[in-house]
Amino acid sequence: MPDDKRDRSPWYWLLLVPIAIPLMPFLFNADEPRLFGFPLFYWLQIAFIALGVGTTTLVYQMTKRRRRP
Amino acid sequence: MNANVTELVVFAALFLAVSVMGFVAARWRRPENIESLHEWGLGGRNFGSWITWFLVGGDLYTAYTFVAVPALVFGAGALGFYALPYTVVVYPLVFLVLARMWSVSHVHGFVTPADFVRARFGSPTLALIIAITGLVATMPYIALQLVGIEAVLKTMGITGHLPIIIAFAILAAYTYQSGLRAPALIAFVKDTLIYIVILVAVIYIPAKLGGWGSVFDAAKAKFDATPAPGDGITLNAGNQLQYVTLAFGSALALFLYPHSLTGVLASKNRGVIKRNMAALPAYSFLLGLIALLGFMAIAAGTKPVVGANGKPDTNTIIPALFDQMFPDWFAGVAYAAVGIGALVPAAIMSIAAANLFTRNIYREYLNRDATDAQEAKVSKIVSLVVKVGAVLCILLLDPQFSIDLQLIGGVIILQTLPSVALGLYTRWFHRGGLIAGWVAGMGAGMWMLYLIPNPANGKQHFGGSAFGLSNLGLDTKMTIYAGFLALAVNLVVAVLGTLAFRAFKVADGEDATAREDYFADEGDPGVKDLDLASSS
Repeated sequence: MPDDKRDRSPWYWLLLVPIAIPLMPFLFNADEPRLFGFPLFYWLQIAFIALGVGTTTLVYQMTKRRRRP
Repeated sequence: MNANVTELVVFAALFLAVSVMGFVAARWRRPENIESLHEWGLGGRNFGSWITWFLVGGDLYTAYTFVAVPALVFGAGALGFYALPYTVVVYPLVFLVLARMWSVSHVHGFVTPADFVRARFGSPTLALIIAITGLVATMPYIALQLVGIEAVLKTMGITGHLPIIIAFAILAAYTYQSGLRAPALIAFVKDTLIYIVILVAVIYIPAKLGGWGSVFDAAKAKFDATPAPGDGITLNAGNQLQYVTLAFGSALALFLYPHSLTGVLASKNRGVIKRNMAALPAYSFLLGLIALLGFMAIAAGTKPVVGANGKPDTNTIIPALFDQMFPDWFAGVAYAAVGIGALVPAAIMSIAAANLFTRNIYREYLNRDATDAQEAKVSKIVSLVVKVGAVLCILLLDPQFSIDLQLIGGVIILQTLPSVALGLYTRWFHRGGLIAGWVAGMGAGMWMLYLIPNPANGKQHFGGSAFGLSNLGLDTKMTIYAGFLALAVNLVVAVLGTLAFRAFKVADGEDATAREDYFADEGDPGVKDLDLASSS
């Protein structure tokens, strides 16, 4: 039978990180330092995509249901 | 004129090729019988990770997005970049929510979000409200896809409405024929073209303009020179809250749109959804680069095409940039990418709207004993009606009206969040409280949008989504996303309403779902046996 353990894991709390960080403008709302000509505002927010992908992938891998015997 | 002929030939050839694919799609992963909503409307509910990635990506990142986001960055700068954090935040946000939605929908055979609300809260009225909200929010979105195609056609020098009518007639015919399989198959072509075009654009164009540094410097110089306080290549004290609430509010709204759920429900198990939540941000990367095309247009000194009304149409800025920078044949490929990019979401949206009508209006109020074949028939016809309606919207009304409606659409779809998204987690709310919250949220949202002017084009009302907090008597220049504030009103009223209805012991609806339905996965009892031939 399905049980609610499937949707309960401390790993899921980690998903809050890529939700909260990109919504804090004081972290990235500046022109300098530039990277390859990109102002901080742009390159750091693009870098947050990697944060989102990394976190979501990690959480998925750590909570994946093992094949039942 | 010769230049435009090359562009047009490439555009038309690619457009026709995908149209053929659309018709052939009916044979792809062919079911024994396509005459049910699970087959026609959800592609057999059996799509794996790859197909889902292309389908959902093709659905969420629409032609209009590709045209309007850089146009916004071109006009306002940093604020237009909200689309990036929006599409970063959304996937971790809905990671668990969509898995629950998938499970409960598969156990009970739900096709639309309103189906779920109907069963969860035992209220046909609430379900009807959710369905109508979804329909009203989706319709202008379909019309906007036409705005995307029109922007491209205008840049090629084609005026008049006949090409749009032909394009939509072809789209309508193959959607009717193949259902969700058509956009799923075409999405492969669409996304491949868009990836190629954008990657070439972000390498080739800045190289011609003297590098990324000078692109941003040119943009900064332009915004510094204008008197408008809200623009610039970074945010200012007045629009930071708007930026954050717009990104977060849009993220909350995205998967409430019926067409987003269509792609999710068509996947074959929970793992497919979770893997896609990790993989879909690849499109966000693309979107971030596309947004920056707006700055390239500033640096290149691109001028938008002047429309029939004598005013420049800012939506043509990116097609005009391509025309200016690329060789003709590649500009044609780029236009085809935008044009085909409009077809995929338009098809999925019309299918989702048709499913809503069929399941939550036709079946609920007109023909309670509808068979699967009748449901599929009604949906196919409604999908045609929806597209004719979208074309009429563009032909008869000012396109600006569709843009306004789409803006309103984002605010109103958010008002279904307590019933649909919170409903997946808790049955605490009383159906009456949810209805009261929806009414209050809609009222507050409309009132706020009405008060927002747009100084850029002289409109007094419905000029944007940035609501000035000074309207509430606060002494500040800060603005906030109207949808976000409306949702807060909605939630407060829903909570108070629920407490009041409980206190007066007003009867609540029955919950037809069980706790374990929300965790069920492919292979579990009840899911494995989901009989697609008989919807419950």
